[in-house]
Amino acid sequence: MKHTIALIVENRPGVLVRIAGLFSRRGFNIDSLTVGATDKPDYSRMTISVEGDEVVLEQVTKQLNKLINVIRVSELAPEESVERELAIIKVAAKKEDRSEIMQIVSVFRAKIIDVSPRSIIVEVTGSEDKVEAMVRLLRQFGIKEMARTGKVSMVRGSAAVGP
Amino acid sequence: MGKMSGAEAILECLKLEGVEIIFGLPGGVLLPLYDAIYDSDIRHILVRHEQAAAHAADGYARATGRVGVCLATSGPGATNLVTGIATAYMDSVPLVAMTGQVPTNLIGKDAFQEADITGITMPVTKHSYLVRDARDIPRVFREAFYIARTGRPGPVLIDLPRDVTVNELDFEYPEISLPGYNPNLKVHGLQIKRAAQALMEAERPVIYVGGGVKYSDGHRELLTLAEKIKAPVTTTLMGIGCFPEDHPLSLGMLGMHGTKYANYAIQEADLILAVGARFDDRVTGKVASFAPQAKIIHVDVDPAEIGKNVRVDIPVVGDAKSALSELAKAVEEKAWSPWNDKVAGWKSDHPLCYAKESETIKPQAVLETICDLCPDAVIVTEVGQNQMWAAQFFTHKDPRHFISSGGLGTMGYGFPAAIGAKLGCPEKEVFDIAGDGSFQMNIQELATAVINEVPVKVIILNNGVLGMVRQWQDLFYEKRFSGTTLHRVPDFVKVAEAYGALGLRATKPSEVEPVLKEAIDSEVVTIVDLIISPDEKVSPMVPAGASLSEILELEKAEESGRFQKSYAGSAASEILELEG
Repeated sequence: MKHTIALIVENRPGVLVRIAGLFSRRGFNIDSLTVGATDKPDYSRMTISVEGDEVVLEQVTKQLNKLINVIRVSELAPEESVERELAIIKVAAKKEDRSEIMQIVSVFRAKIIDVSPRSIIVEVTGSEDKVEAMVRLLRQFGIKEMARTGKVSMVRGSAAVGP
Repeated sequence: MGKMSGAEAILECLKLEGVEIIFGLPGGVLLPLYDAIYDSDIRHILVRHEQAAAHAADGYARATGRVGVCLATSGPGATNLVTGIATAYMDSVPLVAMTGQVPTNLIGKDAFQEADITGITMPVTKHSYLVRDARDIPRVFREAFYIARTGRPGPVLIDLPRDVTVNELDFEYPEISLPGYNPNLKVHGLQIKRAAQALMEAERPVIYVGGGVKYSDGHRELLTLAEKIKAPVTTTLMGIGCFPEDHPLSLGMLGMHGTKYANYAIQEADLILAVGARFDDRVTGKVASFAPQAKIIHVDVDPAEIGKNVRVDIPVVGDAKSALSELAKAVEEKAWSPWNDKVAGWKSDHPLCYAKESETIKPQAVLETICDLCPDAVIVTEVGQNQMWAAQFFTHKDPRHFISSGGLGTMGYGFPAAIGAKLGCPEKEVFDIAGDGSFQMNIQELATAVINEVPVKVIILNNGVLGMVRQWQDLFYEKRFSGTTLHRVPDFVKVAEAYGALGLRATKPSEVEPVLKEAIDSEVVTIVDLIISPDEKVSPMVPAGASLSEILELEKAEESGRFQKSYAGSAASEILELEG
């Protein structure tokens, strides 16, 4: 089972290594990991997607909490949170395929951010599932390159995971 | 306090933290710091190998309860500390390890004697710092000592680039602000209530005690609780001394080489109160069949230990001492029960035993004699058979009097740790119970002990082999003694003399007591070389991968035969499983 964990960490050198090292040392599997700034310059926020049962999740949470540079660890239950991922995808676009690609882009409320004679770059934002679906549909035209951010997530309502 | 250099600031921090002694060995990048040490009141013990600096600081910390401090130069000096840091980490010992580092402008350039020591030690430290600015020194040191000694204690490493120790700063010792570090010390009232109720309802309770009780100084509270509810108490190797072994409720040590009665009691218990222990594989045997009928209450200061190895029914996060004290208040007096009788029956039927009539010196008898002659001694051990005999045959009564590398099982730990322990507790008699294999791993520290006049007594149980591994080869590998025969062991009496220590030897049982007495009376570093048989075994034993109820007495021919029949050959796969 996949779990999403939000971390507030001190913005210092070596913090990412400590977290990544903990995962590999204890045999936990990271599906994706994103890091970014928070509104306070001393802290960063990480969103980690981890595979495992409840026991694994409990150990991951407890072990992360032991790291001195980790300020907060929260599991984000999927039904109580919103999540987004951004992907940019370079698709081979022959003349005859262009209009179909445009249609898919429009259905997914995605954007075209670069056009060249033989390819276009599509930007899509949404849940992991939505991004997956878009990728599946574009595959038939030939994906030349893809970059995904990994997901970021936030709990619904006014409760906040802050520093 | 005005301007001072980084090196001076470091020594000021050590002074403010109450550090009296550091163990170290200098090197190029440490020249500014060693120059400051020259004028300092802090005692510096120069070791002969950095590994010994870490072990000595560790032994000092375990014996005194204070934070141990060691110091090594960059590169090889720092990497030589790693085994000692890992040893301390596995046994939750408060340690601050300082390492020199190349100047900040050379970091990452593969400079002479550069090693990424914060990276190398990340998995074996509680926390670590690479100080990049001299102005951070006071904050870093204050945090490091605080982190090392609070919560679940552990080693903290501070890496000090040369320029950081030279640059000047305005010294101010700041308040600690660590938003990400909140050691859970206060126990939860409701969980105590639930645990107390379970203890009252239990008919066959056992208290299982680890090093956490020692570190939190909770042995008195443990005694009060155990006596009030008449619960038998068993300790892990790390918990030895937290409960007096001559007490009627004591079960001694449990696990692979524990007592039969401790293991039987665990297997038949309906409730286990685990305090400051972590259900290590050497303790549980086969986890699936560990304490099959028992509800488990687990008290630990580290929440991550709860539920890590076994399922727990009632978790109690917090300091062992306060949990035990709260529990003792919350329970009511219980009477001696049929369970107590049953346990007492096991104790009298299956005592720890060995063949007392012997032509050769019996190591078990050596430990019993040391215990008779010097019951209040601090017993430090190496690792292997010597360690298990010391755990089994010395009657341990006081916490911090048994010092041993449990988690990492570091051969070579005992002698430097004994030096540290003796420096911490000069009024106590300190023994290093050693094997000839382990002792040779840090034999060079004889110089440190002799020159600094640290009169530890090294008792070498000399069998000329790597005994514990050989015992397994004997039992599980058809006596194919691959790589475990040392062939030629040095003459330890002459070694002692060469270093300026006293060397004594006994080869017959009748010589043991006089030689030990002479060692105890000696005021200098003393090595006692006792020749024992290479076939001597640690018994009883739970075969690897078996459940605790399958504990067998190797000294009894009939059980030993059963052992061979059931486990020889077939057990190889189980050993692999356990080792894997």
